[in-house]
Amino acid sequence: MRALATREVAIVAFAQTRHTPHDTGLTEPELILPVINEVKERTGLKRFGFTCSGSCDYLAGAPFSFVSALDALAAWPPISESHVEMDGAWALYEAWVRLQHGDIDSALVYGFGKSSLGDLRRIMTLQLDPYYLAPLGLDQLSYAALQAAAVGADRKELDEIVRRSRADGRANPYALDLPDPERGEDEPLAVRPLKLTDVPPITDGAAAIVLATGDLARELSDNPAYIRGIAHRIEPHYLGMRDLARSASAADAARAAGVGKGPVEVAELHTQFPHEEIILREALELTGDTVINPSGGPLAANPVMATGLIRIGEAAQRILDGRARRTVAHAAGGPCLQHNLVTVLEA
Amino acid sequence: MNRCAVIGVGQTHYTTRRRDVSIAGLVREAALRALEDAGLTFKDIDAVVIGKAPDLFEGVMMPEAYLADALGAAGKPMMRVHTAGSVGGSTALVGASLIQGGVHDRVLVVAFEKQSESNATWALSTHLPFSSSLVVGAGGYFAPHIREYMRRSAAPDHIGTLVAVKDRLNALKNPYAHLKIPGIDQKMVESTPMLWEPIRYLETCPSSDGACAMVLSSESAVTGTPAWVHGTAMRSEPIFRASRDTVSPQAGKDCAADVYRQAGIADPRRQIDVAETYVPFSWYEPMWLENLGFAAEGEGWKLTESGATALDGDIPWNASGGVLSSNPIGASGLIRFAEAALQVRGMAGEHQVDGARTALGHAYGGGAQFFAMWIVGREKL
Repeated sequence: MRALATREVAIVAFAQTRHTPHDTGLTEPELILPVINEVKERTGLKRFGFTCSGSCDYLAGAPFSFVSALDALAAWPPISESHVEMDGAWALYEAWVRLQHGDIDSALVYGFGKSSLGDLRRIMTLQLDPYYLAPLGLDQLSYAALQAAAVGADRKELDEIVRRSRADGRANPYALDLPDPERGEDEPLAVRPLKLTDVPPITDGAAAIVLATGDLARELSDNPAYIRGIAHRIEPHYLGMRDLARSASAADAARAAGVGKGPVEVAELHTQFPHEEIILREALELTGDTVINPSGGPLAANPVMATGLIRIGEAAQRILDGRARRTVAHAAGGPCLQHNLVTVLEA
Repeated sequence: MNRCAVIGVGQTHYTTRRRDVSIAGLVREAALRALEDAGLTFKDIDAVVIGKAPDLFEGVMMPEAYLADALGAAGKPMMRVHTAGSVGGSTALVGASLIQGGVHDRVLVVAFEKQSESNATWALSTHLPFSSSLVVGAGGYFAPHIREYMRRSAAPDHIGTLVAVKDRLNALKNPYAHLKIPGIDQKMVESTPMLWEPIRYLETCPSSDGACAMVLSSESAVTGTPAWVHGTAMRSEPIFRASRDTVSPQAGKDCAADVYRQAGIADPRRQIDVAETYVPFSWYEPMWLENLGFAAEGEGWKLTESGATALDGDIPWNASGGVLSSNPIGASGLIRFAEAALQVRGMAGEHQVDGARTALGHAYGGGAQFFAMWIVGREKL
C-alpha cells in the first residue's frame, strides 16, 4: 500500500442541528436545509467541486431516502455528487479522496438521520449476517453488552464516562440535556452489564462540513483545520472472530493516520457506549493529557449516520476557533466497532 | 491525477434465483473471477468498494459489514456506495477515484443484487408516510416520460420493440446473460402483455440475482490486459425541480459533456466504438442516444430504426444484451462499466465488437436524476 496522498485539504466550516430526542415533524430535507445554508453562508460558497452524503434507508423505512435531500442543496445546474450508505464520516473520506485528484478545490459533505422514526435497537439487528446472526435476534444493546462484558471495565470508570459525557452535553447547545445519573448502583440495567444510562439517546439530527484545498482554504478561514491523516479499516463481521476487548482496526487506522506523530489535545470519539471509550483510548494510544469528547460525544447526542461526521466537525471546530492546534476524530460503523475511521487535524 | 486501469473483470451468471449461494457466496464468486482475470489474490488488494441498490431489496441493512469477510476486506478500508440505480457505475467511479487520487494501487470494486430475496417492485413502491403515490414500480414511474418522448419526437410505436429484440439477440451471445429467448422477434414482443403503456412485458428488464466485480489498478501495478480509464463523471439533479426535463435530463447531458471532455471526444457517434448504456425499458435507447449526444434531439429513434446500434451496426449499443437481458439492479451499472472494459480489452467473446478501442459505460438512477459514466480505451490517454 502506498503512502497517503498529500494534497493539503482542510475543514473550513462545520454546522450541525440542535439535535432532538424525538421527531419534531421535520422531513429529512427540512432537517438538512439549515445546516447546508449555514456552511454556505459561512464560506460564501454556493457551488462545490464535489458533494457527498451519508445516510441509511432503514432509518426512514423507505428506499432512496437520500434522494429528496438533493432538493435541500439547490443542486442546479446539476452537481457532481455521490452518496455512501454509511455514516457521513465516510462521505467526508470519499470527498477527501476526490480532492486528491487536483482538479477541484472544494467539497460539501453532510450526514443525517432520524432514529426517532423506528425501533433503532431492532433495526440495527438487520445489519448482521442475515443467515447466521440476524435470526438470533441479537439487537444493538445485546451485542454492545457482549462487548462491554468482554472489556470488563471498572464500573466506577464507566459511570464517570457517562457522568462526564452528559455534563459536557449539557454545556453544548447542540447536544441533548440529559441529567446526571443519580441512582448509582441502583441504575436499572438495559442488558447486563449495560445500564440504561450507558445507552446513547435516540436522536434526530444532521451535520455539514465544507472541505477546501490550498489557497481557497486560507481564503475561507483564518484557522483552517488541515487533515494531516485520514484512514479507515474494517474487521471481520463475526463477533466470535474478534477480540471484542480490543479494536485492531481502530489501532491500524490510527497508525495509518499518524495519530502518534504528535500530542493530541482533543479527541472526539464515536463512543456510543462508555466501554467503547476505554477500547478506543487504548487503540488510539491516547494519554491522560487528551480531552475526550468535550462536546459530550454520542452519549449526549447520537443522530445516527451523522454522529461520526459530527466527531470530525467538533474536532475541527476547536482548531477553527483557535482553541487547539492538534485534534483527532474517530468514527465507527458496524456491530461492536467493526469499522473505524480516524482523522488527524492540525492548525 | 494518476492513471487508472481495469485489469480484471468477474461476473456471475445472471438468473432469476441463485438458490445455491448466499449473498456472501454470490459476491465472492464475482470477486474471485475478477482476481483470477487479473492474476491476483485478495492479498494483492488494498481496498474494497461495494455498491448495491436499496438495502430493502435483500432486507440486510448496510450489508458491507456482513460482506467484509467474504470479500477479503478484513484489515483493509471498505466503502459502501448507494446512489440509486446508478450505483453500479458510481461504485466503479469511487474505486477509480481511490487510484486516481493516489491513495491506493489496487482496488476491488463489487456490486450485486439478489433480487430473489424480495420483491423489487414493491420495495420500490414504499413511500414515506404522508407522501401518497399511485406509482407502482420503476416502470410506472418512467412510462409517462417515455410517452412524452414519443409525443415530442413523433417516433413510430414499433421502435421500442426493435430495441427489445436487438438486445435479446445480443444476449444469446453473452454466456452470463439472464434472458435468453431463441427466436425472439417483433411479433413475439408485441404479443406480450402491456405493463405500463407503452411498455410491454418483453420491453422491460428482468429481476435478476447476480454480482459483478472489477480489479482496478494504478499504472505501476498493472497486470495482464488493461483497459485504461480515459474519463469519469457523476452528475445529480433534484427530483422535484419544476423546470427539469425528465425526458432528457440536464444531469445526463452535463455528465456526458464532462466525460467526453476528459477523454477528448468531440463526436461520440464517430469516436466511441461501443457503448454499454443503462436501458431498463426499451425506449430508453433512443432517449439516451439523444441525451448522450449520439443523435440530435428527436432523431435518436431513427438511429435505432436504421440498425446503427445493432452488434453489426456502426455504433453498437449494449452488445452484451444490456439491462434488458440481465438486471441485478445494484450491479447493472457496474456491468455496463465492466462490459465497456471487456470490449476494449478485446475479451468480450462472442459479443466482441471488432476493433473496439474506445467504449462508454453509462448508468442512471433515481427519477432519471443520478448519472455515472466512464470512457475506457485500449491505449493510455
